[in-house]
Amino acid sequence: MSVIYILLAVSIIVAIVFFAVFVFAVKSGQYDDSYTPSVRMLFEDELVKAEKENNSTK
Amino acid sequence: MNTNTCYHCGDDCGNSPIDYQEKRFCCNGCKTVFEIFNENDLTCYYDLQNSPGATPKEIEGKYDFLSQETIIDKLTEFKSDNLEIATLYIPHIHCSSCIWILENLNKLNPSITDSQVNFGKKTVRVTYKNQETSLKSVVLLLNKIGYEPYISLEDFGTSKKQINRSLIYKLGVAGFGFGNIMFLSFPEYFEVNEFWLEQYKHLFRWLMFGLSLPVVFYSAQDYFSSAYKGLKARLLNIDVPIALGVSVLFIRSTFEIALDLGSGFFDSLAGLVFFLLVGKYFQQKTYDFLSFERDYKSYFPIAVTKIDNGKESSVQVYDIKKGDRLLIRNEELIPVDGILINGRAKIDYSFVSGESQPVTKHSGDKLFAGGKQTAGIIELEVLKPVEQSYLTQLWSNDVFNKNKEDGFKNITNTISKHFTITLLAIAIIATSYWLFRDASKALNVFTAVLIIACPCAIALSAPFTFGNLLRIFGKLKFYIKNASVIEQLAQVDTIIFDKTGTITSNKTNNAEYEGDLLSETEVTVLKSSLRGSSHPLSRSLYEILKTNGIVSLDKFEEHVGKGIEAKHKNTELKIGSSNFVGNTTAEVALNTAVHISSNNTYKGKFTFYNSYREGVSKLFKQLKKDFDLAILSGDNEGELENLKKLLPSKTKLIFNQKPNDKLEYIKFHQKEGAKVAMIGDGLNDAGALAQSNVGIVISEDVNVFSPACDAILDASKFKKLYSYIKASKSAISIIKWSFLLSFFYNVIGLYFAVTGQLAPVIAAILMPLSSISIVVFTTIATNLLGRRLK
Repeated sequence: MSVIYILLAVSIIVAIVFFAVFVFAVKSGQYDDSYTPSVRMLFEDELVKAEKENNSTK
Repeated sequence: MNTNTCYHCGDDCGNSPIDYQEKRFCCNGCKTVFEIFNENDLTCYYDLQNSPGATPKEIEGKYDFLSQETIIDKLTEFKSDNLEIATLYIPHIHCSSCIWILENLNKLNPSITDSQVNFGKKTVRVTYKNQETSLKSVVLLLNKIGYEPYISLEDFGTSKKQINRSLIYKLGVAGFGFGNIMFLSFPEYFEVNEFWLEQYKHLFRWLMFGLSLPVVFYSAQDYFSSAYKGLKARLLNIDVPIALGVSVLFIRSTFEIALDLGSGFFDSLAGLVFFLLVGKYFQQKTYDFLSFERDYKSYFPIAVTKIDNGKESSVQVYDIKKGDRLLIRNEELIPVDGILINGRAKIDYSFVSGESQPVTKHSGDKLFAGGKQTAGIIELEVLKPVEQSYLTQLWSNDVFNKNKEDGFKNITNTISKHFTITLLAIAIIATSYWLFRDASKALNVFTAVLIIACPCAIALSAPFTFGNLLRIFGKLKFYIKNASVIEQLAQVDTIIFDKTGTITSNKTNNAEYEGDLLSETEVTVLKSSLRGSSHPLSRSLYEILKTNGIVSLDKFEEHVGKGIEAKHKNTELKIGSSNFVGNTTAEVALNTAVHISSNNTYKGKFTFYNSYREGVSKLFKQLKKDFDLAILSGDNEGELENLKKLLPSKTKLIFNQKPNDKLEYIKFHQKEGAKVAMIGDGLNDAGALAQSNVGIVISEDVNVFSPACDAILDASKFKKLYSYIKASKSAISIIKWSFLLSFFYNVIGLYFAVTGQLAPVIAAILMPLSSISIVVFTTIATNLLGRRLK
């Protein structure tokens, strides 16, 4: 039953990893602007289209 | 879609649209922007949103100051030998097209390596190679495509601000602790005396203890410090019982696991802190693109043009010295007090003094800082530097350093005083009862009462109600600084309005004709001659006159500062000042008027009246039932009769008020116990807005400058003011109802506590349940309130 020590250790390490990722995300400014990325992610298509037009005109 | 709207900016194209590539444009400016986008394959701009653009403005020489090293240093946030990063505020950012075009700036200028938009703040962060391009050319490029950045003196002074993210960290820590502790405490809720659990429960408990440490000492630290501050000031604020509850929870739980008495309440503890912080986070709604703390600095330019021995150079505003010669172009702001040397000065002081019409000045006249030149180029000699000018001295008044929230007792803290006293009384009575019955349980009961009565639900009522109402108001274009403003607004009993720009609209004027009737040809000639003049009064009168016929004039002459002379066939008109047209009847005119004579006989005059906002009269009628009303105007009494007709008779009308008079007037009423809301718009109201309990600014365009205030109301929603105030009052009653609801939970919890049967599982159920039901109740109630507002 001492396997529970390993399990506990693993679960806490996993939790701490997630916590560290959260702190890193806040630090990098992810929570400062929560609106623009939601619009930006929809642009991919338009960008490709614009580039295609670029290529075809050349 | 209307076919006569501009493809680029969406304005009406009028009579002379420009057709280009089967698209219609209102002006050459818009067409040029389209051409730029078209050449660079960026026409997607128009696919994302219909007519998203703005007409680029004339900016000749306006940004020359951006080539000065000292100014570039201040405006850029990073600078190396080959790279510079600058964040520019662009008020026009409003849709996804804007984000798209601004993030593709490098297609227009390959030296721009990266540009990132923050939509909430309306800023774009541009990274560019400073060997190949410069800040000035970036700004000019932005302006060329209709995205003019707003650069003001404020950008110059402030050091780079650090964003405060501590609340998010605290919330994260509390959530992390809460989740893991819940996880670890779950087995003990149900499985009592199970073999394996008995063996490992101590490990589980100490793990929970470890996880609760950062929650108590980091996440909850604000509650301790606030409670300490409250006690020091002899105030029982809501944080006192919270801090008490948290510390009792922690100490009792630690003792329990140390002495092996039970599993402790770590789950409830972490949950409590987590919910409280969620409430705090929710209340912290901010409008990043609005600033409620502005002073004259964000209205003033960074630099102006200085003339030195006939040479023009741009000079930083703080470096202007007495005796300097300055050049002010059309539409530029005068940053200092000075004397007009030459040029046609037509100064618009509406923002500073509340006078509605631009004032004509002659060479030798004194000009005050804050006025905007509206006709051509002028030169002036500086009398006083920026900090000493008449306008900026208003900011030395103490009122601007005062924090309005000091001394204001909010509804939560009012109730928490009674709550804390009652709570302590119950705890003491229950403890003394148990001391006689069963002394071993006494301490248990005492701590249980403090734990279960911890006012989590009460502390959450106000943040969620106000937080949600802030969002609803924001959607209805009423932007409020913070939650406490809603409470103050609910208590207001006196409302004071400014006149110019607040109850009048800046956009249109009304003119009434008095005198002999003009013949049809005369009206046509009049309109035709007004067409050629750029004088602001001519422009407004031209808009007002309804005839459409335009004739070509045989003679047209504009006399600066006097009027226009025009001739068509045998009609000769003189339009302008009273003296100019040869009016002999002496009169004292308060309102601006344009006089007309035909063939040297005096005909009559057009008198200009303010045009009031739609619904002013109705709004005042609604307000007069519940509030004392007054109008403080910086203007003269010319509008007295009009206002009397328009407004309920008990409205006080006071004219010729200087900025300081307004402030004193409000102070006087506050001394008599009134709670005053000031509704204004310009710098001249800045003092009054700061002095009042709630200062609300009316703004035609919320992106342009507005003075420091507590709330900004979009002009189009002006007539809704009464329902907004009523909604804030309803919010207070919603909070009172949710207080009742949380008392109900407290009574249930106290029953378990005083009878000595509070098990951790009951606390773990009751605490989140009460918090969540309060959140649900307030959210639903405020949403219903919001629906009624629409």
